[in-house]
Amino acid sequence: MKFTLSWLKSHLDTAASLDEILYALTDLGLEVEEVHNPEDTLGRFTIGYVKAAEKHPDADKLRVCIVDTDEGERQIICGAPNARAGIHVVVAKPGDHVPGIDSTIQVGKIRGIESQGMLCSGRELQVNDDHEGIIELPDDAKVGQRYIDYAGLNDPVIHIKVTPNRPDALGVRGIARDLAARGLGTLKPLEVVPVPGSFPCPVPVTLAPEVADRACPHFIGRVIRGVRNGPSPDWLQRRLLAIGLRPISALVDITNLFTFDLNRPLHVFDAAKVEGGLVVRSAREGESLTALDGKTYALRPGMTVIADAAGVQSLGGVMGGAASGCSAATTEVFLESAYFDPITTAATGRALRIASDARYRFERGIDPAFTEPGMELATRMILELCGGEASDLAVAGAAPDTTRAYRLDPARVVSLVGMEIPEADQRATLEALGFTLAGEMATPPSWRPDVQGEADLIEEVARIASLTKLAGKPLLRGDAGVPGTILTPMQVRERAARRMLAALGYNECVTYSFIDRGSAELFGGGSDACRIENPISSEMTHMRPDLLPGLLAAAARNQARGFADLALFEVGPAFHGGEPGEQHLQAAGLLVGASAPRDMFASRRPVDIYDAKADAEAVLSEIGAPAKMQIARKAPGWWHPGRSGVMALGPKVLCAFGEVHPRVLRAMDVKGPAVAFTLFLDAVPFPRAKTPTRPALVLSDLQAVDRDFAFVVDAGVEALSLVNAAAGADRTLIESVRVFDQFAGEKAEAQMGAGKKSLAITVRLQPQARTLTEEEIAAVSAKIIEKVGKATGGSLRG
Amino acid sequence: MDGLDALKRKYLEGIAAARDEAALEALRLAALGKKGEISLKMRELGQMSPEERQTTGAALNRLKDEIDAALRGKKAALADAALDERLRAEWLDVTLPGRPRRRGSIHPVSQVTDEVTAIFADMGFAVAEGPQIESDWFNFDALNIPPEHPARQEHDTFFMARAPGDDRPPHVLRTHTSPVQIRAMAERGAPIRVIAPGRVYRMDMDQTHTPMFHQVEGLAVDRDISMANLKWVLEEFCRTYFEVPEIELRFRASHFPFTEPSAEVDIRCSWEGGQLKIGPGESWMEILGSGMVHPKVLSAAGVDPAEWQGFAFGMGIDRIAMLKYGIPDLRAFFESDLRWLRHYGFSALDVPTVFGGLSR
Repeated sequence: MKFTLSWLKSHLDTAASLDEILYALTDLGLEVEEVHNPEDTLGRFTIGYVKAAEKHPDADKLRVCIVDTDEGERQIICGAPNARAGIHVVVAKPGDHVPGIDSTIQVGKIRGIESQGMLCSGRELQVNDDHEGIIELPDDAKVGQRYIDYAGLNDPVIHIKVTPNRPDALGVRGIARDLAARGLGTLKPLEVVPVPGSFPCPVPVTLAPEVADRACPHFIGRVIRGVRNGPSPDWLQRRLLAIGLRPISALVDITNLFTFDLNRPLHVFDAAKVEGGLVVRSAREGESLTALDGKTYALRPGMTVIADAAGVQSLGGVMGGAASGCSAATTEVFLESAYFDPITTAATGRALRIASDARYRFERGIDPAFTEPGMELATRMILELCGGEASDLAVAGAAPDTTRAYRLDPARVVSLVGMEIPEADQRATLEALGFTLAGEMATPPSWRPDVQGEADLIEEVARIASLTKLAGKPLLRGDAGVPGTILTPMQVRERAARRMLAALGYNECVTYSFIDRGSAELFGGGSDACRIENPISSEMTHMRPDLLPGLLAAAARNQARGFADLALFEVGPAFHGGEPGEQHLQAAGLLVGASAPRDMFASRRPVDIYDAKADAEAVLSEIGAPAKMQIARKAPGWWHPGRSGVMALGPKVLCAFGEVHPRVLRAMDVKGPAVAFTLFLDAVPFPRAKTPTRPALVLSDLQAVDRDFAFVVDAGVEALSLVNAAAGADRTLIESVRVFDQFAGEKAEAQMGAGKKSLAITVRLQPQARTLTEEEIAAVSAKIIEKVGKATGGSLRG
Repeated sequence: MDGLDALKRKYLEGIAAARDEAALEALRLAALGKKGEISLKMRELGQMSPEERQTTGAALNRLKDEIDAALRGKKAALADAALDERLRAEWLDVTLPGRPRRRGSIHPVSQVTDEVTAIFADMGFAVAEGPQIESDWFNFDALNIPPEHPARQEHDTFFMARAPGDDRPPHVLRTHTSPVQIRAMAERGAPIRVIAPGRVYRMDMDQTHTPMFHQVEGLAVDRDISMANLKWVLEEFCRTYFEVPEIELRFRASHFPFTEPSAEVDIRCSWEGGQLKIGPGESWMEILGSGMVHPKVLSAAGVDPAEWQGFAFGMGIDRIAMLKYGIPDLRAFFESDLRWLRHYGFSALDVPTVFGGLSR
């Protein structure tokens, strides 16, 4: 919402400075976004009079002018074609900054002759686009007078942000009322004297039943005949120009003025183009309207239109029609003032995508009691500016009664705001804002549809009293002493997983929760349930089913920048459906490229699934997952089928890990190798009994014995089955079994036969009661060999 | 006895001059071996008179110990010299780099979330969570934003697609963390103090906006909580979070459908050389929106507004991260550029706490 200071002062009698007003506006909740003060750029330019102008002896197009200024006579060289003796001009003197050319004037010589200033064009002063010649002022201009004052440009333009609850502040008068309530002057009275009609209104108006209840309960019109619709007067044009509106004609400018001055949108029809009476009704299927913006809109039932015998002429509360609009030829005008309800107006505007000043106001709620006063005030102005005579009013419906009252509880105001505001001040504030007080009940004014309860009264009182004055009061913790744990176990787990991954050398990413359909489909998502109806780009259409696509896309971008070796992770939600709650917490890690940079230790090798597995296990251990999990080869399709697996507890999958499927890498433009893991943090069970006590530590004084075994097995035998078989040989004696070597591939097959490999394990035996004898060790070894043989078909390597 | 002195001189000089262990061993055998000179002299003791035997025996024993100590000392010295010699040859270039170790990092959003949590935890706030795909009731209606409210349009909401025939209002991607207020109050009742950090979504993408960003919601409801308490809590928070000795907040009247009265909160700051600094200065920077929870919001969450009152606020996590750490561009938060992650990221062990300091 824009307005000028002088415009504001047409409603507010105040001695306050611009700065005081700006501070108060922001403090009142009418946040000042921008102020343009012409004084800053134009304040120094004064009016001069060209006494003489001679051709420059050395330049055909330049003139040497002798100019009378407030600082005496000056010699100024000017190249403008209209620079001549006997005209009033705008002078820039040495030291003045000229905004349009962004430079400061200095005394200088032009082709040998001194110039002591500059005569300015409109463009050089940025007051208009004119650069044909310098500004010529009429003879009433006085030498030495400031140009800004003479031209009436000394009027700061203030741009404020109006929150959606304050339609009343979409009119300058409403803003003035707020400032007056704050104590920055008094609100000037607005006198409404009805204009008596001198003939009956020739255009009857009616409300169709479908709109009379809600969409348009009140519609007033009148014809004014014998008008001259020329340009509007300067003061009106200047106001509109200052706030960025183009003056069109007196009639149209008046409606625009009322929109911004009193928040009372009006519409003018050329009465000669209206056939018969006007009816306000719902649009019918198939109707359309070419509106004042020149576009044709297809209308739908439910939209409020104003129609004559020929059809739809205007969209109520949104925009008028082109056919019945006013032009310079208009001599008979039908002026409309009506109340259109916010909901219908908003729905119509949204459906047709029309953003007009009228819609903006009606959908926030204009003053329903001001329909008729607005009509009378506008009539007066039309008569004054365009002449003519007014008819009687044609009235359909009546102003909706919005009267309501709420209890003002001064003690509650103090308790809620935490500021001592005396009851008398509270009441005075409300009255200044137009509330009517009777006992403890306050009736809001008709222009404040936002006031809907006691809380709104409190807000008004606090706002006017100024929240800037609020002083903080301690809010101590309710519980004395040391505060308890505030994070939930899952929150603790999420943080542990994140910090562990960073400790393992991964860089944390935060990627978008929505990804493109193709990527989502690669990871088992992309269903319609997870689709966004109105995505902002084709890259962000579906909720991510997994964190890996985001990380892979990040890897591709980094590879494109020349970073080939990456360790990235993210902890966050993934979505398995489109209902609230159909999200789960994942922690995903991605390793791409080599394990390390090139170095003299030969540390560099391609990352492999055992890197991913080790890191996944480290995180699982950190968040308290059980040490023993089943490992199965049933990772979903975006993993390499032979090089991936899941870690599970029964049916519950805690983690998937492996190489990312080469087809997925190709689709996402990532150069491999790439290994990854996805941890399902919600799936990891919490320990049953939470106690800080550890189980007792049992230590044996007897020395443990390590024995190594190498088995020849089929190449397809999994190490874990061999380890489990060996461990099962003697559950009390065998403390641990660990694979320490694998010999597989061509060389192994050459030694051990086709389709064979060798796995070597080390078994640690921990005697409990006494040192083991060689015979006992031999017995356990034999048992291990037997068990492994039975479970895997393997035999001891010779 | 002269013989002993000569013997002593001969061996001690010999030991001192010995160049290696073999020479030492030869000397030992010559002196102390079975047929060594001193051993032979020992044997002669039997033929002496008791008096003579006593004095000579003692002298011989002293001599034997002396030579033995000299041998041991020389042996150790020779070993040290040999070690020194070896170490002189053992030289590595200590300026070569160590074995490579990856260095991970925590994203600023996570770090700042942890900082915020640490501060509010100290003031008795728990952490609440809620779904990111949210019903329009929780995201709007319960927060006093009915379907026709203009604020709904200003939220630039993402809607989830609806299957044909499903006539429910479409779910939304939550446009703010405020629905967590409703869920937390409905679940825990009053009194309550929670914060709710998390992802939120708006259809907006330009220089300063991304379609996803992070907010933290704060909510405190009790019997007599006032807006003055809100100001104190925010003052305490900002002073601690920005790690400056003095901060000044300014409450400015504003409007949010879910609070009444509502206030935008500005913090005093300065601009030096284009760099913003929170603290004394001539400028104000808007940092959050807040207010007293609207009675309709309390009612929607099942809390009786006649009995309970309190405040709520919402602030951008990415935004306060940018302000504190001088991060210039919001869009870069979600681009995962490795150079950015390393430069603006935090160490894994840099866990913010109130007692240990928020940032290092």
